[in-house]
Amino acid sequence: MSATEHIVRPEDFKPRSREAIADPKLRSNFRGAMDFLIERRAAQFPEGATFTRLRKVGEGIRKHALSRLPDLLDQLETSLQRLGVNVHYAENSIDANRIFLEIAKRHHADMMIKGKSMVSEEIELNQAMAAEGIECIESDMGEYILQIDGDRPSHIIMPAIHKTKQDIAKLFAEKIPGATYTEDVDELIRMGRSVLRDKFRDARIGVSGVNFMVAETGTIALVENEGNGRMCTTIPDVHVAITGIEKVVEKLEHVVPLYALLTRSATGQAVSTYFNLITGPRRVGEKDGPREMHLILLDNGRSQAYREEKFRATLQCIRCGACMNHCPVYTRVGGHSYGTAYPGPIGSIISPHLLGLSETRDLPTASSLCGACGEVCPVGIPIPEILMRLREAARNDSTDGAQALRGQASARKAVEALTWKAWRILYANSFLYRPFVWMATRLRWLTPTHQAGWTQSRAPLRPAPRALRELLAQRQRRAENPELRYVISRD
Amino acid sequence: MNATHVSENQRARAAIFQRLREVPVSPSAAPDIAAYFRERPTVLAQSGVSRVERFIAQAKGWRTEIIEVTPGTWQEYLAELIQRKTLQRLLAGRGTAFSAGLQRALGDKLSWYDEDLSEIKPILFSETEAGITTVRSGVAETGSLVVWPTHNEPRSLSLVPPVHIALLYASDIVETLYDAVTSQSWASGMPTNALLISGPSRTSDIQRTLAYGAHGPKELIVILIRDDAPTQARA
Repeated sequence: MSATEHIVRPEDFKPRSREAIADPKLRSNFRGAMDFLIERRAAQFPEGATFTRLRKVGEGIRKHALSRLPDLLDQLETSLQRLGVNVHYAENSIDANRIFLEIAKRHHADMMIKGKSMVSEEIELNQAMAAEGIECIESDMGEYILQIDGDRPSHIIMPAIHKTKQDIAKLFAEKIPGATYTEDVDELIRMGRSVLRDKFRDARIGVSGVNFMVAETGTIALVENEGNGRMCTTIPDVHVAITGIEKVVEKLEHVVPLYALLTRSATGQAVSTYFNLITGPRRVGEKDGPREMHLILLDNGRSQAYREEKFRATLQCIRCGACMNHCPVYTRVGGHSYGTAYPGPIGSIISPHLLGLSETRDLPTASSLCGACGEVCPVGIPIPEILMRLREAARNDSTDGAQALRGQASARKAVEALTWKAWRILYANSFLYRPFVWMATRLRWLTPTHQAGWTQSRAPLRPAPRALRELLAQRQRRAENPELRYVISRD
Repeated sequence: MNATHVSENQRARAAIFQRLREVPVSPSAAPDIAAYFRERPTVLAQSGVSRVERFIAQAKGWRTEIIEVTPGTWQEYLAELIQRKTLQRLLAGRGTAFSAGLQRALGDKLSWYDEDLSEIKPILFSETEAGITTVRSGVAETGSLVVWPTHNEPRSLSLVPPVHIALLYASDIVETLYDAVTSQSWASGMPTNALLISGPSRTSDIQRTLAYGAHGPKELIVILIRDDAPTQARA
């Protein structure tokens, strides 16, 4: 674990975005990577109709699962216990890290080898274990690169896209004992492979995330290309999987269309190299596989998103990253600016539930509402609509007796609220509105030329010389008396 | 599990379930997945090319090496492959339909995965050059292999050695993963581990450059036994 771990907070979104925008190397890395992923995905869905049909199925499966979420979790738990899997529930990251620590202590483990898991980023597992003297080693190549550099992922599928191969060549030469500087990607991967092989072989505990869980069979599905996920879940004696409570579906056949959507949307692959379906720990007579298996089901704010229908679709997400790949804001500010485990549009709608709206209130504003994220979402999450609702919730109290979100109305500003109130009164009463307009048009020369953020890149706003109502009255008079045409000048 | 843990877990479980259960959610029906797959023949399935040929084309797209053989010639071609790749230490599982043939084809280059992983680990990680496994099904749509490890052929056999040699009967190739899952009723008896494998291990994590052999096998070679139409095969 590096001591130079970047401290990033979602509250700093705006200053960090400004920094990122001013960094031409970062911008070109992201632009290149996003164009690559957009193109790859497009090749998988040559015609819109193919995508629309499959998406309808995927969306239906996720909606169905969420509509029965507590029942399916119950069923999943029963199926898992029948297989001998230990099922743990965690309300928050403190719970989850405590469970990890207990398992590690029981097995006297000072090291865990971990496959890619965004939920483990969410609970900051590596940091929590390091504080207890337990090393948690990332084995996904991208994540491993970031870990030895004390860096953090900037994309949920391609975590190290902000780095060039020269950056990585330098890093490996510095950090891997015996390594010499090379920009040959095959050689760099060979170095990473060789370091991590020893860890897979020696680790007592393997940690993984989960892409889908099946209630009827107790199966957990892992999607990956590298094989590190298989290593972490096959070689160590203990396997601990962690995921959010929303990842469950009812039937095994339900994962088939979701898998087809996930790989195509994420990296533009028809399938990943490995689709790993795990149903319980090692059975009697088997020669490998973990002897002990745990599944940690994390809430951490998900039940708040579940509570209200207008936010519930957030939980349909299968974490493909297509929304960030297509987001003009994400592409320009990069993943680190968000300061959350999940960046981009999906991060902006999930993070307020995980961390509270107070810390994350700027995130839902990080969108031009162009609608690209909603269009490419493989499970039909109306992301732009949810962004709008979160913006509203950040500035207003909840209505219709709905329970307030954590941090509801935290972005409200008294002056702004008062201004809007005055505006409403002014515009709703013509006896106030008419004299106001008369004054505004006559005193337009008093308008300041510097108008806070507006004039940074735009011309100042000024009232028109004459109100529309006045101009129409003039026109009427002219029509009635053509002689006046030359008397009344254009202002 | 100690007592504190049990009570902490019950507290978290109860709280989460209470929050979820108090939400009134209107039921949402599951979509008709069977209808979706029925109405959607794959582009290739409509092309008139045979299922096996489509499997081969797709698998090669993932950089899977395909060697077409007949039921009578597979041992010969396997021996030739081992020679060509200069593989010295191979590992396979006993008790499969291929075990006797493997022994004949490979002789003393072949060892059996007889011990527990903890005992065989040094050999598996450091000495074995190739693992040989059977395959349950091939998937034509995506050129994938369905592998169900067993106590004879453990999970690590197709994972740890740098080369994975897979033995597949052409007659075991199905159209889609969905066909395999439903026609073979997977849900009624899942093994500890079921795998869909498409090509050798890979990564694009360094500047989007594709590299093979990230953590799993660097090479995937399928010995495709053409029991469907022997005349087409290399005989």
